[in-house]
Amino acid sequence: MQLGPATRAVLGIVTTVTLALIYLPLFVVLLNSFSTSESLSWPPPGFTLEWWGRALQSTGALEALGTSVAVALAASAIALVLGTLAAMALSRYEFFGKEAVNLLIVLPIALPGIVTGIALNNAFRTMMGVQLSVWTLIIAHATFCIVTVYNNAFARLNAAGTRLEDASMDLGAGLFTTFRLVTFPRLKSALVAGGLLAFALSFDEIIVTTFTAGNGVTTLPLWILQNMFRPSQAPVVAVIAVILVVVSVVPIAIAQRLTAKDAATVSR
Amino acid sequence: MTTHRASAFLAPRRRLQVAGLLTAPVAWLGLVYVVALAALLITAFWTVDGLTGQVQIQWTTDNVVEVFTEALYRTVTLRTLGIAAAVTVIDVLIAIPVAFFMAKVAGPRARHLLVIAVLAPLWASYLVKVYAWRALLSADGLIGWAGAPFGLDTPGYGITGVILTLSYLWLPYVIMPIYAGFDRVPDRLLEASADLGARGGITLMAVVLPMIRPAIIAGSIFAFCLSLGDYITVGIVGGTTQMLGNLVYTNVGAANNLPLAAAISLIPIGIIFVYLAAVRRTGALRSL
Repeated sequence: MQLGPATRAVLGIVTTVTLALIYLPLFVVLLNSFSTSESLSWPPPGFTLEWWGRALQSTGALEALGTSVAVALAASAIALVLGTLAAMALSRYEFFGKEAVNLLIVLPIALPGIVTGIALNNAFRTMMGVQLSVWTLIIAHATFCIVTVYNNAFARLNAAGTRLEDASMDLGAGLFTTFRLVTFPRLKSALVAGGLLAFALSFDEIIVTTFTAGNGVTTLPLWILQNMFRPSQAPVVAVIAVILVVVSVVPIAIAQRLTAKDAATVSR
Repeated sequence: MTTHRASAFLAPRRRLQVAGLLTAPVAWLGLVYVVALAALLITAFWTVDGLTGQVQIQWTTDNVVEVFTEALYRTVTLRTLGIAAAVTVIDVLIAIPVAFFMAKVAGPRARHLLVIAVLAPLWASYLVKVYAWRALLSADGLIGWAGAPFGLDTPGYGITGVILTLSYLWLPYVIMPIYAGFDRVPDRLLEASADLGARGGITLMAVVLPMIRPAIIAGSIFAFCLSLGDYITVGIVGGTTQMLGNLVYTNVGAANNLPLAAAISLIPIGIIFVYLAAVRRTGALRSL
């Protein structure tokens, strides 16, 4: 398209300013975690490592970190199994109710978190009479994590086609052998990517967590929410926030590299 | 050898294969989620014992009638809709030029880097971003400090703060589909338009905009729907402002009135379904 240099410049400036504004708040949190001020005031009066030291000794925060990792691992594992099964069925077979199954997988993430949260809370407590615990939390997280594994596996299976599977079966390999030797190796990196996304999604979740975690079960986001309004804790919260960003962005970065690199080889 | 036999048995039976694959995921989602959701909708028509605070299975339309007639719920619904609409408009207005620059102006290398730069903060924690805005908006925060030389003050905690924070949170979700939409517009079409004598502005209005309309609507779905259910952002930067999510939250927690909370949650669910039904014909749902 023929754009004047002025138009190009304006578009470039808008994009640069927008990106700067996207990163500014995250940068402010990072800086605050080193600030000598306790109240998040700007500009920081001085810099210190004290809060990082305190955060790394804060048993509450460290326990919350442990809970978050455990819950995210368990939820991702369940989502990996269920999401892969669903993706195999929907990508390889035609059957009645396919659209409905698709909707079923997307629904837990499409509806507002608070609806999902109170629906599960109600189901666990009043319908099943189950005490909320770390287990109900894992079940809730797995439910909305299925979609990320499903999406990744489904896209990969569609891109890969069925020719190699057909060849394997023609050569006499059974269903399970074909899956083990042909389908699974090609699917593996998409599953790792889907699993990492599920991990990050679970790690960051706050609303559904509020309604499905039992007493005394504190994830890192819950810990931040509980401590955000305590004045003396503000800089420690900033440290935990920085850690939270790193722990959720790193798996995503790995996941993206995996999908980009492998999708290229598989679809060839 | 049992797997061999199972395999030989299953190989010609495709229905059994589908059943084998789908039983576990459908059972999980059906038992955990659909039953829970249906129960929630039914609970809206039950009542709470005034003395014990226990949910009673006593059918009544009182909650639903109350939610649809009382002024409080109307006010909060309108406020929530207004905030969601404002957030959607702001995000779309920012996303269009940024997405256009990414897809049609930047070179291939720069484009790749820009996509990563826009996507990365999408996964940076929701809570951290809201926390960051609480710091930015505070009385001695960065916004007040930067505005002071120009006689401007921080908007502080309230509706403006909520709109700013929510717009910030959902912006990457709006940029990505619109970027994908621009990316699908072939360059040849733009050249043809220019060859036929159309200037940039006319090409944009007559060729590009009609083609990316579904993508813009897809982006708006994210911003609009995500804003409708929010209550945590409002709690952190909204001061005393309330949205529908807050009313649901207080009725589950402090008031312990699940039937009323369920009835209130019918409002955002209803709005979302109406919105999705309205935009379904534009083909936007396929470009999500």
